[in-house]
Amino acid sequence: MTSGIEQAAFWLLAALTIGAALLVVHATSMFRAALLLVVSFLGVAGIFALVNAEFLAVVQVLIYGGGISVLVIFAVMATRDLGHGNMHTQYQPVALFAGSSLLGLLIYAIVQAEWTLLPETLPSPLADVFVDTPAHLGQMLLSEFVLAFEIAGVLLLAVVVGALSLVRERTDV
Amino acid sequence: MFERLLIVSAVLFCIGLYGVLSRRHIIAVLISVEIMFNGVNVALVAFSRFVEPAVVRLGQTGSVAERAVLTGQSLALFAIVVAAAEVALGLALVIAMVRRRDNVDVTEVSVMRQ
Repeated sequence: MTSGIEQAAFWLLAALTIGAALLVVHATSMFRAALLLVVSFLGVAGIFALVNAEFLAVVQVLIYGGGISVLVIFAVMATRDLGHGNMHTQYQPVALFAGSSLLGLLIYAIVQAEWTLLPETLPSPLADVFVDTPAHLGQMLLSEFVLAFEIAGVLLLAVVVGALSLVRERTDV
Repeated sequence: MFERLLIVSAVLFCIGLYGVLSRRHIIAVLISVEIMFNGVNVALVAFSRFVEPAVVRLGQTGSVAERAVLTGQSLALFAIVVAAAEVALGLALVIAMVRRRDNVDVTEVSVMRQ
């Protein structure tokens, strides 16, 4: 994790992700904001791949880079002729203050906290877990987290039904 | 590396917070919530890779204790599922709002009844 190429890749991906996110919240055109959002999502996927979360990186590209961004771009195009672009509310100074003060507080807490970290080179059974992540994740989802897994399925069903009933044309009530 | 990852995550979260509080367009607010979700996921994956799980520190062995290092990653997986559900419902609400009010400004649509 300390080799030069990985460090360089981390800085590049971090700069890409944060820069794209900043442009998203400042873009005046909603369509441009949606496209920059995809760049930010892909940068986060790269960061996942750097820290031994290859499966999550693939999931991030598929669900965020594929699904969510298509939904967002579709909604932006459907509402294109409405509103007056992507304007700020009157609370923009308050929002800037809230965001920057929370950031300062978080960075202070991160630097001050005493973490119990894993050793720099992982001991052999833990290193094996990180080599074969998807298999171990699958076993976890169906043993330790099986209840959450089933509830996630019910949640997705409820979302499909709810979204359909929200956008349905009311012919008769 | 670990603290740098956490700082990237905090920066993403705060950019998202700023966007949620300062934008007028409802889709911009939803996009900013997605940036906040991404920041939290980066933090979860960083914890999973770098922080020693309590079961490992207490000296337990076996496959269940070893794969406890992936708890953060599975939590991030559930967070991604919930985020996808949230976006689908949120955009359905946007479409419903556009149909009934012909408006996308969150400061003008503050009453939920017809």
